[in-house]
Amino acid sequence: MWTRRTLLATATAASLAPLGRARAAAMPGVTATSIKIGNTNPHSGPASSYGAIANAEVAFFKMVNDQGGIGGRMIDFITLDDAYSPPKTVEQTRKLVEQEGVAFLFNSLGTPTQTAVRAYLNSRKVPQLFISTGADKWADPEHFPWTMGWQPSYRTEATIYAKYIQHEKPSGRIGVLYQNDDFGKDYLLGLKDGFGAAYDRMVIKEVSYETTDPTIDSQVVTLQSSGADVLVTAATPKWAAQTIRKAAELNWKPLHFMSNVSVSVGSVLKPAGLENAAGLITGAYLKDATDKRWDNDPGMQQWRQFMAKYMPGADLTDGNHVFGYGVSVTLMQVLKQCGDDLSRANIMKQAASLDNEEVPTLLPGIRVSTSATNFHPIRAMQLQRWTGSTWDLFGDVITA
Amino acid sequence: MIGFLHQTLSGLATGAIYAAVALALVMVYRATHHLNFAQGEMATFSTYIALSLIQAGAPYWVAFVLTALFSFVLGFALERLLLRRFAEAPGLTAVGVSIGLLLIFNALSGWLFGFTVKQFPSPFESGGVVLGGLVSAHEIGMVGVTLIVLLAVYAFFRFTPLGLAMRAAAANPASSRLVGIRVGRMLALGWGLAAVLGSIAGMMVAPVVFLDPNMMFGILLYAFAGALLGGIDNPAGAVIGGFAVGVIENLGGAYLVGTELKLTLALIIIAAVLVLRPAGLFGRIVVARV
Repeated sequence: MWTRRTLLATATAASLAPLGRARAAAMPGVTATSIKIGNTNPHSGPASSYGAIANAEVAFFKMVNDQGGIGGRMIDFITLDDAYSPPKTVEQTRKLVEQEGVAFLFNSLGTPTQTAVRAYLNSRKVPQLFISTGADKWADPEHFPWTMGWQPSYRTEATIYAKYIQHEKPSGRIGVLYQNDDFGKDYLLGLKDGFGAAYDRMVIKEVSYETTDPTIDSQVVTLQSSGADVLVTAATPKWAAQTIRKAAELNWKPLHFMSNVSVSVGSVLKPAGLENAAGLITGAYLKDATDKRWDNDPGMQQWRQFMAKYMPGADLTDGNHVFGYGVSVTLMQVLKQCGDDLSRANIMKQAASLDNEEVPTLLPGIRVSTSATNFHPIRAMQLQRWTGSTWDLFGDVITA
Repeated sequence: MIGFLHQTLSGLATGAIYAAVALALVMVYRATHHLNFAQGEMATFSTYIALSLIQAGAPYWVAFVLTALFSFVLGFALERLLLRRFAEAPGLTAVGVSIGLLLIFNALSGWLFGFTVKQFPSPFESGGVVLGGLVSAHEIGMVGVTLIVLLAVYAFFRFTPLGLAMRAAAANPASSRLVGIRVGRMLALGWGLAAVLGSIAGMMVAPVVFLDPNMMFGILLYAFAGALLGGIDNPAGAVIGGFAVGVIENLGGAYLVGTELKLTLALIIIAAVLVLRPAGLFGRIVVARV
């Protein structure tokens, strides 16, 4: 029996057949003169400081349009507020896909929020491209071929720490403090990747904390008593600050690696005590806008010119603007590679065909590469150490 | 052995946090026979006021006293203007209203002061290492302040006519009114004093856990546990309960069940105590004629 739905499907399939007319139908969100891109970001609520990323992207695409757009098409970038709340993310994402009819979603932010829309976007075959989260699970082309992250994942970061420790302190006794959720556990996985069979010998103590724990004093005491002389802390800012301070109070000075989500001077190091944090090590992949060494760097000069013209008055010390610029440059490369075929399938295919691309705001030596099986665009970092007043890059770029 | 000592002392220090908040819960319970779920968020809000005063240049103790006064007015006004209207409503309504206040104060703190973690100064900083780093100077000071507040609360209820009147108003409003106690004012006074205790707890806790709008979220859970363990109508019991929860949690987490289950362990012990002694370890069993 012919139902209305099968009839419609047949009609669509029929109209797809002649190639000339097929283009428009097969390229949702794309016209001869424009391409519509969607994004969700916390413009309000507890995580609203990340809204700066989307603001930088709005400004970036304005710059692109002023320069003639991409392949003759103007970019229509729509960013909606989800307040970092997954139910809102679902609502806003559906609005972008079903009402606005965007070609794809770009750099939407947050692990819980993007988890909430991953199945929806994959079932509708809408690219969920270069999302702003460090979870490792986005690189799963086998099950979620329409989803890809951008920044180095927590797991990649931990693997890099393990490689450094193995090289510099092969006899180290390692303690790990991790938040008892996907974020913290990604670090355990990364250390296991890095140490391999040596993991059980190297890591002598793993201690977790819950985000309901008012303090983590007990955990730090346990780690110190275990005799560890290397500490890897996978904690969010509040607990990171507590860990740094408690270790200093205990007069315990391990070689301390800190998750790079918790190295903000204002919200972690200052509360913990700038002196207490001296010697802290973390991984970096972006150029720091406050670091004097990039004053004459062509990449950062390009970024500064952009900021001066398109975001006048914005905070130049806010790393979110550097991040937003870098990820947008990467997207431009993808769209350039797409040429005139801006179908969703081709956008995803080109995103997975980036070959050692240079991005002006990434540290020298860190490139963007993807393939059909590698959905981790950035897999390298350089370590930096807190001197008590600044972050100081040292050593070579390490690839996980 | 040294590790065991560390865990015990650090448990006592954390316990002092729970005890301080538990005291505020007891205060409001004794005055109104209700629990105030917004106690923690009100305390956080007061702590932000203190921080603003200090940043504006007020000396620590001046800010401390001003914040306590502000909190008293806030608690008093909330009871008079808001909770009064639900006095005749079922008990569940009071719970609902206090949870509503929790959300309002949490959002208000974030909206007015931002969500970034902030440092809060301690009046007890010595700079040096105390007791070989086993506890910090602030933690010792915090235990001291908690004990002083406990003594003050005890003396207030035990020895002052006002304290007696408040107990009477909570226990038997009708008879109290007949002997001339202004029951309504007593309830508001209870809320005001509880808010003061909460604000003191907030100012003592913030230097340890750092100040952010959700500072009290986890602490309130443990403070409830401590208060119930010791007896929700007994200030001394609540303080002992708070310390006990801190130590049990630390030792259990470090030596028995691991960090993942340490809260569970503390809650199981509390459930066991409540099954055997429903009024808590030190609570009075109330017999009501119906």
